[in-house]
Amino acid sequence: MATIKSNSTAEIDLLDKDIDTFDGTNQQSKTENFIGNLKYLIVGVFFGIVFVKAEIVSWFRIQEMFRLDSFHMYGVIGLAVIIGLISMQIIKRFNIKTISGETVSVPPKQFNKGQIYGGFLFGLGWAITGACPGPLFAQIGSGFLVVIITLLSAIAGTWTYGLLRSRLPH
Amino acid sequence: MEIFELISKPWPWYIAGPLIGFTVPILLLLGNKSFGISSSLRHICAAVIPANISFFKYDWKKETWNLFFVAGITLGGFVATYLLTNPDSLIVAESTKASLSQLGITDFSGLMPTDIFSAENILSLKGLIFFVLGGFLVGFGTRYAGGCTSGHAIMGLSNLQWPSLVATIFFMVGGFFSTWILLPWLLNLVS
Repeated sequence: MATIKSNSTAEIDLLDKDIDTFDGTNQQSKTENFIGNLKYLIVGVFFGIVFVKAEIVSWFRIQEMFRLDSFHMYGVIGLAVIIGLISMQIIKRFNIKTISGETVSVPPKQFNKGQIYGGFLFGLGWAITGACPGPLFAQIGSGFLVVIITLLSAIAGTWTYGLLRSRLPH
Repeated sequence: MEIFELISKPWPWYIAGPLIGFTVPILLLLGNKSFGISSSLRHICAAVIPANISFFKYDWKKETWNLFFVAGITLGGFVATYLLTNPDSLIVAESTKASLSQLGITDFSGLMPTDIFSAENILSLKGLIFFVLGGFLVGFGTRYAGGCTSGHAIMGLSNLQWPSLVATIFFMVGGFFSTWILLPWLLNLVS
């Protein structure tokens, strides 16, 4: 927790209470406007292209993975982790700053039983829909417009989790 | 246009894996953003239907980058499918094809089986199971687990977070259970 810098009350609130259920956090203290945020849209475009061209968004590739009939998905995720791991080590070792000069910080993940129960439930859905949240967006972009319903239902699932959160085992 | 031909064909895992891995440092260095996608669903809830639930009361505008990111993914999906169109049909492993054929899947040409993912199934039991129930599990499960394949399996493992390893293991346990036990039952139910 030592590496986390907090400025606004909202952020402190978010990190203290919800660190266990948050990912993709923004740790930059400088705020960004619409134009600044376009950077992430562009990264997203490249990411979406990789998703589709490597067929990660394919229902069949997910089936092959869970049926152990193909190495493809294991290769993709395995290499992605290795590259991510090496990059993180380089950033930490050489204290590489962000383009606006801030120290890179990543909030740690804290263990709770949600990773077990929630992880299992997501796994069930992953094999049924053939998609995790990222590929859902890429599938819609690929013209599978029925996936809009899957996405809306995923939003409803997230909302229901928020509603029931205090009553679920963590 | 030899290069165009090359990038139109499906990309192998040893190209895609590193490209996805590099997203981790790129997002960190561009703006101190941890890679993670499922949070976008939470931000949409917080922005559109917070309904006074404490889980959705936070400064979602600070996380707008995530919504730009998923908008980009959608656009990227469009570009890859319509501008970098794969000239061939999808190649599915023979053993997967055989197992799925037995479960009633007949179309193996595209990224998704049209037997399931087509508009005429929206109002059927098939649609209810594969779109509504499946989507609900993805949204509920990822938030309960605090991340998805990107936030836990890639970002979390890259940052050596053991809770992410626990989550990743249970993603896989759920997926195997679903594929081998739940899916055959569900596909029989709708056939």
